[in-house]
Amino acid sequence: MTASERILTGEHFMLGDHACAEGALAAGLDFFACYPITPSTEVAERLSHRMPKLGASFLQMEDELGSMAAIVGASVAGARAMTATSGPGFSLMMENVGLAAMMEAPCVVVDVMRGSPSTGLPTAVGQGDVMQVRWGSHGDYSIVAYCPNSPQECFDLTIKAFNTADHYRIPTFVMLDEVVGHMTERVVIPDAKEIPFSGRKRPSTPPTDGRFLPFQAAGDGVPPMAHAGEGYKLHFTGLTHDERGYPALTPEAHVALVRRLVDKVRLNAPAIVEHEELMLDDAEVVIVAFGCTSRSARRAVHLAREQGVRAGLLRPITLWPFPEERVRRQLRTRGLRRFVVAELNMGQMSREVERLTQLPVLRVNHPGGAMLRPEDILEAVLR
Amino acid sequence: MRTEVQVAGFGGQGIVLTGMLLGKAASLHDRREVVLTQSYGPEARGGSSSTNIIISDEPVDYLLVTRPDILVCMFQEAYATLRPRLREDGTLILDTGLVEPDPADARCAGLPATQIADELGRRIVANVVMFGYLVGHTRVVSREAAEKAIASTVKPKTVNLNLKAFATGLEKAGELVKR
Repeated sequence: MTASERILTGEHFMLGDHACAEGALAAGLDFFACYPITPSTEVAERLSHRMPKLGASFLQMEDELGSMAAIVGASVAGARAMTATSGPGFSLMMENVGLAAMMEAPCVVVDVMRGSPSTGLPTAVGQGDVMQVRWGSHGDYSIVAYCPNSPQECFDLTIKAFNTADHYRIPTFVMLDEVVGHMTERVVIPDAKEIPFSGRKRPSTPPTDGRFLPFQAAGDGVPPMAHAGEGYKLHFTGLTHDERGYPALTPEAHVALVRRLVDKVRLNAPAIVEHEELMLDDAEVVIVAFGCTSRSARRAVHLAREQGVRAGLLRPITLWPFPEERVRRQLRTRGLRRFVVAELNMGQMSREVERLTQLPVLRVNHPGGAMLRPEDILEAVLR
Repeated sequence: MRTEVQVAGFGGQGIVLTGMLLGKAASLHDRREVVLTQSYGPEARGGSSSTNIIISDEPVDYLLVTRPDILVCMFQEAYATLRPRLREDGTLILDTGLVEPDPADARCAGLPATQIADELGRRIVANVVMFGYLVGHTRVVSREAAEKAIASTVKPKTVNLNLKAFATGLEKAGELVKR
C-alpha cells in the first residue's frame, strides 16, 4: 500500500460523511467496527470500499455494543480504531465508552446527530447529543468532542480526534449533524507529509525488564501505553485499579484514579479547546452556535450588522471542553448586552453559557427536523 | 451573487449525479463557493428525487435552497410540487417529453431530453443532455468546467457518450436562443 492510495491528496467535491471517512484513513485508521445507521451510514459505506484495499480491517458488528467493544479491543492491541453511529446507536455505546475511559483506550467515535430522542427522525437533522457525549456513561471521566461545520472540517477534525485520543489516552468524538454529514462541498486533502500526526506515548523500558507499570502516569496525568502482545505484563479492567492495572477496590485507589481520568482533560483544557470567532471585538450581542446552526448564525451576524446591531459569533469547535474562557473574556467587552444561543435541541448548550454570566441569554432552539434559519436567529439578536 | 439551482425528477434518472456535475464544475473548475444538498429520506427508484445546489461568490452561510433561481424538472410530480417555490423572475427548464406544464408556463425553456437520449442510443444519459441544456441556457457554469466535471465523474468508458449527450443539450439551447 502506498500513501497515495490511503491519502487522496487533491481537491474534491465531497460529502461530509465521506470526508470524515477520508480523514480517518489519512490519520492511519487500522480498524473500523460499526453497525450502520442513518445518517452516518455513508461513513461506513465509504470505509467498506476503501479499507480492504488498504489492508485495513472493516468489520460490521451485530450491534453498537459490540462495535464499541471491538474498537476498545483493537485500541489496546495498538490500532487506530473508530466507529460511527447516530443517536440510537450512540446510546447503546455508552457502557463501553465508560470502559474506554477507564481502560484509557484511545479511540474515535463519530456521531452524526439526527432528530431525537429514541428513533426520532432518522433522516432529519438534530443536535441533541450535546450532553450525552459529555455525560452519557455513568460516573466521572473526561472526553473531547469536536464539532465540524463543513466537509473540510469533517476531514480535518477527524484527524485531530485521533491525535488527541492518542495523546491523552481518551475516547474522542466527532459530532456531525445530519446536514453537515449530508452536504457536499470542496474538500482539500493535503500531501501525506502535511497530515498532522502525533501518536501515543510509549514505554521507555523494554518488556523484559519487568518494571513497567501500565497505569503509572507521568506529570501530565497520561500513562505511557504498552500494547497487548508486545510482551509487557498488561491487565485491563473496568474495575477501579492500581498502577499495575489490577483491581484495587479502596477509596484511596478510586479517588486517585478517577481524579486523574478527569484531570487529564480538565488541566490540559487550554491546549485542547478550539473555537472560531467572527466580529467579537466590539460585539454587543454574541451568538453561540455550532455545527450546521453556526452557518445560519454567520448569516445572522451579517444581517444584524447591516441593520446597525453589532453582532458577533462564537463557534465552539470543541463542544467539550466548552470554550468557557473565551466566553469569560467576552464578558469584559464594553457594551456587551446579551448572548443568543442557537441550537437544534431544547437548550443543552445554553446552560453552558448561562452558568458563566449574569447577562441575559436568549435561547433560539427547537428539537430538530429542520435547520434554524438565519431569520430565526436574527430575530433574537434584534429583539 | 448567490444562485440557487434545484434539479428534480424521479429516482433512477440520475438527478443527484446531475447536481454533482453542476456542483463539481462550479466548485473545482470555475472556483466558486458551492454547497450541494439532496432530498434525503426513505426514497426509492421511481419516487421523487431532487438535488439543490447553491453557487456563490462568497462562502455559503445558509445551506438550504429556499427560492430557487433555476428549477429543472424531469418529472410531472416534481414540477407540481416544486414549481410554486421558483422565484418570480426565475428560470424554469422542463423535460418537455415528460412534463406537461400549466398554460402559464407554456413558453418556458426546455427540451425532450429523454427522447433525445434515446436517439443517442442510451436513455441513461438524459440527465446529461439536460445538464448540457441547463449550462447552455443559463451559463451558470462554463462549458469547459462542465466538460471537466463530466470527464472526472462518469465511468471512463462512458466519457465520450456523456460528452456527446452534453454537447447535444448545449447545442439545443443555442438553437433556441438564436430563434
